[in-house]
Amino acid sequence: MTQLTMGKALNEGLRRAMADDPKVLIMGEDIGKLGGVFRITDGLLDQFGAKRVIDTPLAEAGIMGTAVGLAYRGYRPVVEIQFDGFVYPAFDQIVCQVAKLHYRTRGNVKMPITIRIPWAGGVGAAEHHSESPEAYFVHTSGLRVVAVSNPHDAHVMLRQAIASDDPVVFFEPKRLYHAKGEVDLDTNLADAPPMGLARVAREGKDVTLLTYGAQVTTALDAATAAEDDGVSIEVIDLRSLSPVDYRTVEASVRKTGRVVVTHEAAREAGVGAELIASVTERCFNYLESAPVRVTGHDIPYPPAKLERHHLPDLDRILDAVDRVLDRPNSLTEVAR
Amino acid sequence: MTMAHTLTPTAEPATDIDDVARLLTPDGRRIPDADLDPWVADVGTDQLRALYRDMVLVRRIDTEGVALQRQGQLGLWAPCQGQEAAQVGTARAFRSDDFVFPSYREIGVNFVRGAKPEDFVLAWRGEEHSTYNPYDINTATPQIIIGAQALHAVGYAMGITYDGTDEVAAAYFGDGATSQGDVNEAMIFASSFQAPVVFICTNNQWAISEPVTVQAKFPIAGRAPGFGIPSMRVDGNDVLACLAAMRWAVDHARRGQGPAFIEAVTYRMGPHTTSDDPTRYRDPEELERWRRRDPIARVEALLRSQGAMDDEFVTSVAADADRLAAEVRSACLTAVSRTPLGVMDHVYEEPHSGLDEERENFRAYLEGFGDAAADAEGAGR
Ligand SMILES: Cc1ncc(C[n+]2csc(CCOP(=O)(O)OP(=O)(O)O)c2C)c(N)n1
Repeated sequence: MTQLTMGKALNEGLRRAMADDPKVLIMGEDIGKLGGVFRITDGLLDQFGAKRVIDTPLAEAGIMGTAVGLAYRGYRPVVEIQFDGFVYPAFDQIVCQVAKLHYRTRGNVKMPITIRIPWAGGVGAAEHHSESPEAYFVHTSGLRVVAVSNPHDAHVMLRQAIASDDPVVFFEPKRLYHAKGEVDLDTNLADAPPMGLARVAREGKDVTLLTYGAQVTTALDAATAAEDDGVSIEVIDLRSLSPVDYRTVEASVRKTGRVVVTHEAAREAGVGAELIASVTERCFNYLESAPVRVTGHDIPYPPAKLERHHLPDLDRILDAVDRVLDRPNSLTEVAR
Repeated sequence: MTMAHTLTPTAEPATDIDDVARLLTPDGRRIPDADLDPWVADVGTDQLRALYRDMVLVRRIDTEGVALQRQGQLGLWAPCQGQEAAQVGTARAFRSDDFVFPSYREIGVNFVRGAKPEDFVLAWRGEEHSTYNPYDINTATPQIIIGAQALHAVGYAMGITYDGTDEVAAAYFGDGATSQGDVNEAMIFASSFQAPVVFICTNNQWAISEPVTVQAKFPIAGRAPGFGIPSMRVDGNDVLACLAAMRWAVDHARRGQGPAFIEAVTYRMGPHTTSDDPTRYRDPEELERWRRRDPIARVEALLRSQGAMDDEFVTSVAADADRLAAEVRSACLTAVSRTPLGVMDHVYEEPHSGLDEERENFRAYLEGFGDAAADAEGAGR
């Protein structure tokens, strides 16, 4: 075990994946000499050379489309999208090509492409630098979508994503790039929990709190605060958004009977909507109250000085916990 | 840029269809071209006859496809009549280990690459997205997203460079596609990485109802040099010129000189697809003018003037064409749909718990029908 930041854990993940498999190559804007704008690819150019660490022209569709061609040729491209808000120009190549080629060719053509996206807000960034586009990709069959919340998962899941023969959209919460944690760099991938499994980040018995990415930290803080109030929250870090590990989710909901989902992305047709619909289908008879979402507002991402009003914080989560427990909450206060 | 054809701005440069390199005049006379001639010096009567045969067969597949659509056997068909020379001539310049990324209209390209009778119809019938395994004929599954395949070809070609081999990759697309970002990004990537890729723009004058002048105010081949890519504007109804130009382009890429670009100036004689009504936007005069430039008639005239169009040859080509058409028809009519559960096959390479569960539920639902379900699964449509 080593103490590493998430950024360094990802860097080590790339390094090991590239060392393990000569077909792995990484491509993106500024990932060579600069080491990426977040330095996640730092040092890799020196170690692996310009053929495997490709500084591309500034064209996201171009990056993604050439990655498709490289995958056709038997390579395993790892693409860095510089920031979440810049994945949209590549959207067509991702949803129409990366996601579908395996299906269209009845499995003859594999697309083992990993799409790394520095993701979401809370870092006071400029416009288009704090987006949460995960629902678009979860909605797209043929893609796997994962979101990491700690350095160890970041390291291991990145290596798993690269080793997967399916395309994986890999969300890295930039708010956590500098957060430190224990990482086992010598993890044997075969022994590690598969990428698709959720993790019970904290056990509890009154309410199930479902979340992923940087929001896991906020959820854990909320659970600690709730404890003072005598409420026991179980926090589940989903880790994978496609597929969702419903076994773990169901087991928790059966135990608690109450569900809150929180994510930074806007609410409308978001991942939370999907989670609650699925939980309701699966565990309706176990539910003691209607599940509640705590999400970003249904607005374009606000300017940095206002983002704290947009991002679900500990208090908004606790308010939702009060709602599912039928305790006084913001809605009952308004009604009164 | 040895082969860059002179691109003289004229009154209507995007449509100035005679500002092209050619080896055969529309009436089938062989004319010299200092740039192109060396590339087809080896092409004698036998090879010309082979090209002629290819084109006749491709036209016959096309006719059969249209007929099958009209008879309700295919959902749609994208005809290639008039483009046989551009497709066959260019595709004959590749080696079998080169990798080609076609659009939906490249019937002749896929024919040359070795597509089987069913490969021309099962996708349009709605049985498959791609009938063939791309690696069997080194040809990607036909692309419907306009221009997307240009980038795939470049990525593939970058892979060729990394592997240190001498194959080339190629992308076929239309004149409309040259307005897409993907095609322009592909040229940037190709040029920056000196990828061994050839771009073939089939300028058939129309993108559904939009004339090429909506996409381009200057000959399309003129764009490539701006990306640092040498280009040729060639008569797309001249199979010999298409072969020569493409041999030049492929050789250029194969020798490590980087990408090359061919614009084949041709005409789509039929509708865009069988759903289209070209009389709404196209002047019948224009069609007539192009009919006089028919790519097959042109080679036929040349062969006749060489005394190489004897009855035996004519009969054997016609018989080959009829046989192939019958095979295409039969592949269509005997198609067996996959079982209902088949819709869920191959979404992922590895198990995906969400879809796996959905599949199990659907299977259980289907099993509820007992024998009827078994029949439905086995019998196709
Ligand atoms: C991205 C995209 N936009 C629109 C379409 C619909 N569409 C199909 S074919 C076509 C025209 C293409 O023209 P061109 O590139 O000249 O090729 P051609 O069909 O003439 O061979 C259009 C607009 C599409 N398939 N893909």
